[in-house]
Amino acid sequence: MEPVAVAEPTVGIAFWILAAIILMSAFMVVSLRNIFHCALFLILCLFAVAGIFVLLNAEFLAAVQVLIYVGAVSILIIFAVMLTSDLASKKILQTNENALVAFFVCLVFAMGALVLVVNTSIWPYATQMLPEDNVAAIGKLMMTDFMLPFEVVSILMLAALIGAIMLAREERA
Amino acid sequence: MFSYLALAALLFAIGLFGVITRRNTIGILMSLELMFNAANINFVAFNKFLAPAGLTGQMFSLFIIVVAAAEATVGLAIVLLLYRNWRGINTDNISIMKW
Repeated sequence: MEPVAVAEPTVGIAFWILAAIILMSAFMVVSLRNIFHCALFLILCLFAVAGIFVLLNAEFLAAVQVLIYVGAVSILIIFAVMLTSDLASKKILQTNENALVAFFVCLVFAMGALVLVVNTSIWPYATQMLPEDNVAAIGKLMMTDFMLPFEVVSILMLAALIGAIMLAREERA
Repeated sequence: MFSYLALAALLFAIGLFGVITRRNTIGILMSLELMFNAANINFVAFNKFLAPAGLTGQMFSLFIIVVAAAEATVGLAIVLLLYRNWRGINTDNISIMKW
């Protein structure tokens, strides 16, 4: 695949737009009262995260993000929202009494993390760049170095599938 | 790289806030997905800027996405089961584990 040469300022502008979309929609996800609107904003947020992956030269991961998160997980969540009705009304209070405490806890966490990130200057920056054909490299790694995790994760998916069917099955007799 | 890490930290904090404050079980699951995504952004950023040779960060994010999908499947099945048994899925109504 032809690597797209993007100028540095373009990447900066795209990053700030995507970051604004992500943070705004994530805030909507945790604060809106209508749970269905929350699910829609979650889709927007995940899509913007896929854009961030593209900016970080992880094209395959961006595709997987769109396919699995935006395509599958969001549909699952919307199905669950619709199957469990009488939730999508504005009357229902969606937050519990921990909201104020939780706000301060998260504020402290975010501030601490930001201070740590800004003050740490000992990152061992790499000199070389990412390999250009990421996708081919990931495919090779998946079949060589990461063979065992790949198989284990397939078994995990099978177990999750069977478990979900067992849980959601109607009990008969 | 700082901006990516800061974005991930803020996203994680927002997700944490959602997990703590939501009464709705589906809301908690959605906030969990936000936190998974924050971790993924961190992995990919570190992969690009610190260790681009092995692509290990991207592989790890892939496995995180798969495990998160499995988690969402089982979690939503549990939510449906709760709804069927309790007629509601708010966490403060569901306080018993066995009876």
